[in-house]
Amino acid sequence: MDILKVKNLRKTYHTKKNEILAVEDFSLNLKQGEFVAIVGPSGCGKSTILSILCGLDKASSGKIEIDKNLKFGYMLQGDNLFDWRNIYKNCLLGLELENNLTKENINYVNKLLDTYGLKEFKKAYPNNLSGGMRQRVSLIRTLATKPDILFLDEPFSALDYQTRLAVSDDVYQIIKKEKKSAIMITHDISEAISMADRIIVLTKRPSKIKNIYEIKLTNRSTPIQNRKAKEFAYYYDKIWKDIDYHV
Amino acid sequence: MYSNEHKKYLKKIKINNFLIRFTQILIIFLIIFLWQYAANHNLINTFISSSPKEIVKTIINLYKDGTLFHHIWITFYEVIISFLIATLGGILIATLLWRFKFLSKVIDPYLTILNSLPKVSLGPIIIIIAGASAKSIIIMALFISIIITIINVKQAFNNVDENKIRLLKSFKSKPHQIFFKLILPSNYNNLINVCKVNIGLIFIGVIMGEFLVSKAGVGYLIMYGSQVFNLNLVMTGIILLSVMATLLYYLIVFIEKRLQK
Repeated sequence: MDILKVKNLRKTYHTKKNEILAVEDFSLNLKQGEFVAIVGPSGCGKSTILSILCGLDKASSGKIEIDKNLKFGYMLQGDNLFDWRNIYKNCLLGLELENNLTKENINYVNKLLDTYGLKEFKKAYPNNLSGGMRQRVSLIRTLATKPDILFLDEPFSALDYQTRLAVSDDVYQIIKKEKKSAIMITHDISEAISMADRIIVLTKRPSKIKNIYEIKLTNRSTPIQNRKAKEFAYYYDKIWKDIDYHV
Repeated sequence: MYSNEHKKYLKKIKINNFLIRFTQILIIFLIIFLWQYAANHNLINTFISSSPKEIVKTIINLYKDGTLFHHIWITFYEVIISFLIATLGGILIATLLWRFKFLSKVIDPYLTILNSLPKVSLGPIIIIIAGASAKSIIIMALFISIIITIINVKQAFNNVDENKIRLLKSFKSKPHQIFFKLILPSNYNNLINVCKVNIGLIFIGVIMGEFLVSKAGVGYLIMYGSQVFNLNLVMTGIILLSVMATLLYYLIVFIEKRLQK
């Protein structure tokens, strides 16, 4: 069943001097529990699409159909933790803003913190945490409001390579365990292949869909393990050619 | 327990800190001593430059008159009232300008004009409108500090990380939530700094106001002293002012540390 339907999305940006067509044509159907990655050259309007989907920006034309009861969670580039709040308070931010600090929700946050290895750090401040831990806190903050669909906008781009692998493993497992659907934007092809069920490749601006790949890996498991699958190189090669990087 | 090396390191820091404090105190005593020495041996004209002894005498006389604390209190009162209005009012106006960008853009050139205008020039008008009273002095001090407060606070508010605002918006937060959850707490240090700068500016404004129109206050003492050529009184006023300004500055530092706990 499709929980989100996007059809012929189009977005033009206006500046004083000219108008820029950022997204020419974008469509997407997202199934319950599915993990979709969107890749494309940098500056191709990937982030624009996410902003529109979660209502921070308006589309110029096109149709977005979504069940009214579904909730979004948006994870931006970088963790955006608030330095003056401790980890626990950071995680409660979304609930506070929604005036939804019920006992049940607070218990849920506590459970998430315990489950994902942050039990001892509840009273700590973001400055004392490693990049990977901060990213996990940021995810828990998003999950706390119990969203049905997660939008991840280059969530790991601020991390160094080793941490990035470990954290994407973490985040992936959390998302799967909590049975969330997710749309992730990335410019890292291997990250996309290792995590997504489906990859949408965009052209450069004005972006259109260039290709869609259903990722079928033998012995599919965690993202790090998935990188060892024999189909990995095949997909990588295909997408690399699609994106057509020119230096 | 600490290793010997660490003990040595701690000791070195301690000694260094002590030396700094010691030298600071030494300098002030040296100045007082040299000043008094020069006065005693007629190396300087005490009629113009006064001397530490004379200053102490003047303070004691003022105290015996019962006017010392009256003057200090008047100035202190004017400073505190203008400080509170300027800081709170400035932050409030800056908040409105942050919230209503249209208003902010409209008002921007006027702020620039008011900021570059030498505020003393408004003195005569203020006195005519508000009368020769403490009211005029407070308005004077307000003019000097509130404009720059508005400009600085507005800029600090507008500099908050756009991504964090987007994050809050993705939680569907209202403007007042963005303000109280993000804008205000993230600018805590900036606001404290605004307070520190304001104390200095307010003193300038109050003393300037007291020069123009006053019947009491430390600025009045200085003005009166210079008119009757009693330089002892002038110097005493200056010393009183520096003590008051320093105390108020440290009061803010103290409050800052308190709030951080």
